[in-house]
Amino acid sequence: MDWRRFGFIALIILVLIGVVVMVGATQVSPTVIVVSMLATTISVATPLTLGALSGIYCERAGVVNIGIEGMMLASAFFGWFGAIYLNTILKVAPMPSLLLGVVAAILTGGLLGLLHAVLSVTYKVDQIIGGTVINILAIGITGFLNRQLFFEKGSIFGGEVPHAPGVLPRFHIPLLADLPLVGRVFEQQPIAVSAVVLVLVTHFVLFYTRWGLRTRAVGEHPRAADTVGINVARMRYANVIIGGLIAGLAGAYFTLESVPSFEPLMTNGRGFISLAAMIFGNWSPFGAWASALVFGAAQALQINLQFFREQIPPQWAFLQQAYIVGLVPYLLTMVILTGIIGKTTPPAADGQPYEK
Amino acid sequence: MSISADESVPTTKAKVLKTLKSAINAVLIPLLAVFTALVIGALIIKAAGGGPLDAYKGLFQGALGSLKALSETTVWATPYIFAGLAVALAFKGGLFNIGAEGQLALGAVAAAWVGYALPDVLGVTLPAVIHVPLAVGAGMLAGAIWGAIPGWLKARTGGHEVINTIMMNYIALNMTSFLLNGPMKDPNPLNVVARTPGIAESARIPPVFPGLRFHWGFILALLVTGIVWWVLWKTTLGFEIRTVGANPDAARYAGVSVSRTIVVTMTLSGLLAGLAGAIEVTALNYRHELGFSVGYGFDAIAIALLGKVHPLGVVLAALLFGAMRNGATRMQFLTQIPVDVISVIQALILLFVAADAIIRWIYRIRAREERVVLTRGWGG
Amino acid sequence: MTNDQMTHEMSLVLQTKGITKRFPGVLANDHVDFDLYKGEIHALLGENGAGKTTLMNIIYGLYRPDAGAIFLDGRPVDIRSSKDAIAHGIGMVHQHFMLIPVFTVAENIMLGSETVRGLMLDQRSVAARVRELSHQYGLDVDPDAYVRDLPVGVQQRVEIVKALYREADILILDEPTAVLTPQEVEDLFKVIRALADRGKSVIFITHKLKEVFAVADRITVMRDGRVVGTVRPQETNEAQLAAMMVGREVILKVEKGPAHPGEEVLRVENLHVFDDRGVETVRGVSFFVRAGEVLGIAGVQGNGQTELVEALTGLRQPHSGKVVMLEHDVTGKSPRSIIETGMAHIPEDRQRYGLVLPFPVTDNLVLCTYYLPPFARSGMLNHEAIDENSRELVRKFDVRTPSPYVPVSKLSGGNQQKVIVARELSRPIKLLIANQPTRGLDVGSIEYIHKVIVRMRDAGCGVLLVSAELDEIMALSDRIAVMYKGQIMDTLSADEATREQLGLLMAGVKEEQDAIAGQ
Repeated sequence: MDWRRFGFIALIILVLIGVVVMVGATQVSPTVIVVSMLATTISVATPLTLGALSGIYCERAGVVNIGIEGMMLASAFFGWFGAIYLNTILKVAPMPSLLLGVVAAILTGGLLGLLHAVLSVTYKVDQIIGGTVINILAIGITGFLNRQLFFEKGSIFGGEVPHAPGVLPRFHIPLLADLPLVGRVFEQQPIAVSAVVLVLVTHFVLFYTRWGLRTRAVGEHPRAADTVGINVARMRYANVIIGGLIAGLAGAYFTLESVPSFEPLMTNGRGFISLAAMIFGNWSPFGAWASALVFGAAQALQINLQFFREQIPPQWAFLQQAYIVGLVPYLLTMVILTGIIGKTTPPAADGQPYEK
Repeated sequence: MSISADESVPTTKAKVLKTLKSAINAVLIPLLAVFTALVIGALIIKAAGGGPLDAYKGLFQGALGSLKALSETTVWATPYIFAGLAVALAFKGGLFNIGAEGQLALGAVAAAWVGYALPDVLGVTLPAVIHVPLAVGAGMLAGAIWGAIPGWLKARTGGHEVINTIMMNYIALNMTSFLLNGPMKDPNPLNVVARTPGIAESARIPPVFPGLRFHWGFILALLVTGIVWWVLWKTTLGFEIRTVGANPDAARYAGVSVSRTIVVTMTLSGLLAGLAGAIEVTALNYRHELGFSVGYGFDAIAIALLGKVHPLGVVLAALLFGAMRNGATRMQFLTQIPVDVISVIQALILLFVAADAIIRWIYRIRAREERVVLTRGWGG
Repeated sequence: MTNDQMTHEMSLVLQTKGITKRFPGVLANDHVDFDLYKGEIHALLGENGAGKTTLMNIIYGLYRPDAGAIFLDGRPVDIRSSKDAIAHGIGMVHQHFMLIPVFTVAENIMLGSETVRGLMLDQRSVAARVRELSHQYGLDVDPDAYVRDLPVGVQQRVEIVKALYREADILILDEPTAVLTPQEVEDLFKVIRALADRGKSVIFITHKLKEVFAVADRITVMRDGRVVGTVRPQETNEAQLAAMMVGREVILKVEKGPAHPGEEVLRVENLHVFDDRGVETVRGVSFFVRAGEVLGIAGVQGNGQTELVEALTGLRQPHSGKVVMLEHDVTGKSPRSIIETGMAHIPEDRQRYGLVLPFPVTDNLVLCTYYLPPFARSGMLNHEAIDENSRELVRKFDVRTPSPYVPVSKLSGGNQQKVIVARELSRPIKLLIANQPTRGLDVGSIEYIHKVIVRMRDAGCGVLLVSAELDEIMALSDRIAVMYKGQIMDTLSADEATREQLGLLMAGVKEEQDAIAGQ
């Protein structure tokens, strides 16, 4: 991760915030806008950060995971279903329901991670096709179960979408959240906070521990790792499952932290954008986080423009067209992948099954 | 390797036997994959509280039970063939086009616009012999451009086509949604949905038989299948595409321009997907409407893989998927099992086709003989 | 030197009995018996594919034998993985180094045997131990350097330290000299002797006859997966060992008459080329090749030969300089336009560049000409002509294949190379660039390729031969250019050049020579 890249990231985020300030500043104080943009950016970057971390664990171990999108979608569904089931049928209190829902989401991700490991490590299926299988499977299963469980008359909820137990509450990060003006930036929900913690943890694990050294070894040169007695398959399995668990947490964000509902296809390409963030971040946790924040800012732009709807002067109103501003993250992804901001280097054995 | 060159000329009988054997081998795994997925699908239906046998009976009736059902199956299968060919062609060139969805959508939008607006814009009435090819051609062109962009990015900058085609899907989706809700929305005051006005009579391909939705697009799809096969195996362009797909380094060494071939492959792939969209508009719906179900792109991948990335296989796989999608409606009507279960079964088919080792393991298929296969299979 | 060894106690540390290993289609090891004494340097000699590496991979636990047993210090052991092998004190330096370029030396050495303090890796104690081992055995390595920045000779030292770090008593070195200059080989032999003197036992795998006489205490020769015999160097000679290796008398000299050079076909002027990492690996190279002569480019691999050939054939854009092929300036032109001037290329990495492995032999034989008549007319392939072409070439070049329609991947290495040679020589060509044309081939195929190269020369074709095998260069070339660190050190006439002279040039020693010549 070079400074040029961090510079580019900072620039884009500033530009995006600048746009909102420029558009909204006639009626709203710029400070309020900047703080709101920052807070939203961190929040909506959460699934992207987690998705990118998920990708880092898999790819640092040499397994390309394009199924993160599907893992997120399935986890979002099962997390939501778990929380509702506990809350509505088993009459568990809302808060424990939500937390157990998060656990269900994480486990769903882990299970799909296991499937990806089976396909790519044991059966040596082309890893991109394996990931695509997971994406299609997730779309099919969530679509089917969503209809079957919530909209069919004979289902457990009696054909009515039950009341969700809400979303995970914000909490104050001590000290930081008490700061004047910017304190609001540090009032975040638990998954958003855990994403940042996981960035730090992943950096430490990858570069300072035995586990990390071995993970990177099997991703760079599995044969070399094998010759010094490291079990390549086991390391890859473990890391892909860890990646799945993290993608599961990302999925929980959608239905348990962001909005209290599930919709088919609601992840909307976030898993794929995570991969772009991982690539642009050069497979490093901090780089991936920074890149995720760029995409977060692009999305925050759209949200904040909606948010300040009343105050926006008519000549800027076109920016509120979701169709136009909504394209920004996707276009940004494509621009970033062209490698105009420095070349990135994937782990040398990324995507290659290991044949003894 | 001590066999001399002289023994290499095979007898006709041996050749026929060998072709037959390889044909059986080629379809065996896909068939077993479909079978296994249906068995698991039955378990899911059972778990969801339905009767698997009734469900599959409904599925079968709905897909093949009558002339009308057959006609509907071809209607479903037509875009699947085009899109499946698009993905298969890209696979042959070593490229993974996940963007058939977006290419198809834009192909439909372009064909629809030429269909309803071009005569007014030009201020002339176009005869069908010109208007139909123009509309279809516009759809192909739109798809081709949408495929060429990620192809060019791959050739020029190395940006991976997997992520780029997906991003192009979302962009196309947003654009289509914007156009069909805004500038291209059917102005009819009774209209509340996102759709274009109907295309002009002169841009419509008439039905083949009155009363059946079976349309010329299906015939065209079969024709295009032949063309794709011919291009891939009988032309120098096809040789280049396959060489780049199998070994880009050797292709470069041999003087093939790899970047040009990548762009051409993605352009042709996008063109085929665009054609799928254009045909839906000009031969079937006579307008474009924003669909709620997204999935042609992913289905096309499954079809290409199930068809073993061969044009003929794609047609068979597309017919199967078309039959399942079509029959699912009747199944839902009869058994209240949501049509979405088909998506699950299709995903499972793809899973088993991709990881054929699982199928080989379940049915104990080894290279030497296939005798054991069915006995064990029915037991499951 | 065996007298030194006699002072050691001659106890058997390793023994294999009846090791058999079968791969699809090949019996790689057939009842192999092998033994190793403490403090001994035991050379395992055999040509490519004789089964040496398979045997060592079995001893190191990477393969499981189908039959047979391994004994360590007289006790039978079951080595299931490299982990077991390491635990038993066996270390192996593989032919292709098992080092991770983006890791530091210390990280590479500790990998799999890490020391940790709490959760964190203990880099400091590893570095200290590495320095200690370096000092003890004269293996100079910097624990903090990144492996990717180290020259191959140093990487090899890292590999040896890596084995010693794991307290290996038995050290297997698989073809360790392939990547070294003659001087570096000498240094390596010193290290090996130092190891043996300290009681380590060394298995030294090679296919080069000269080396075994220089370093081995005993020599075991393998052929076709079987042990042919074990001899002491003082009891044998090169010719006898060669016969044991190949199973027949080998002609060590290629039959060729004097060259009759004609006009110039290739001229290279002051060429500069950068590699993928942006390092200038060809630094101002100039030479010419005439019709009817073989210009050999000698040099240890990795001195810019790969990038030079890539630049000549259009696979890599040169940074500056000029390449002229028969009066056409082809600098930076596309591979196809260069091929069309009459250049043929036998690539270094035949499976990566030379062949499309899943394609049948027929298609591989027209890989460069598929678009030209008679194979294609107006964009359509003529399969009859393509089939006819392959039938003819398969016969003419004696390609052993069950049918021209099988994927070329099913052919043996020698026959794959024949497919490439047949394809490249079947069109009208003026220049043949052959890069490592015999690497990894059996003796029969090597002789065949050598004959073909001489035949092309005699037919008036210019030949640029790039090879790391000095013997090959000396046997085939009419003039020899020596490449070192991206430059041509000197160009000598093959009649006058001696091995020693070339060896010095390959090591970059020119100044002294100039000095001597100047006096």
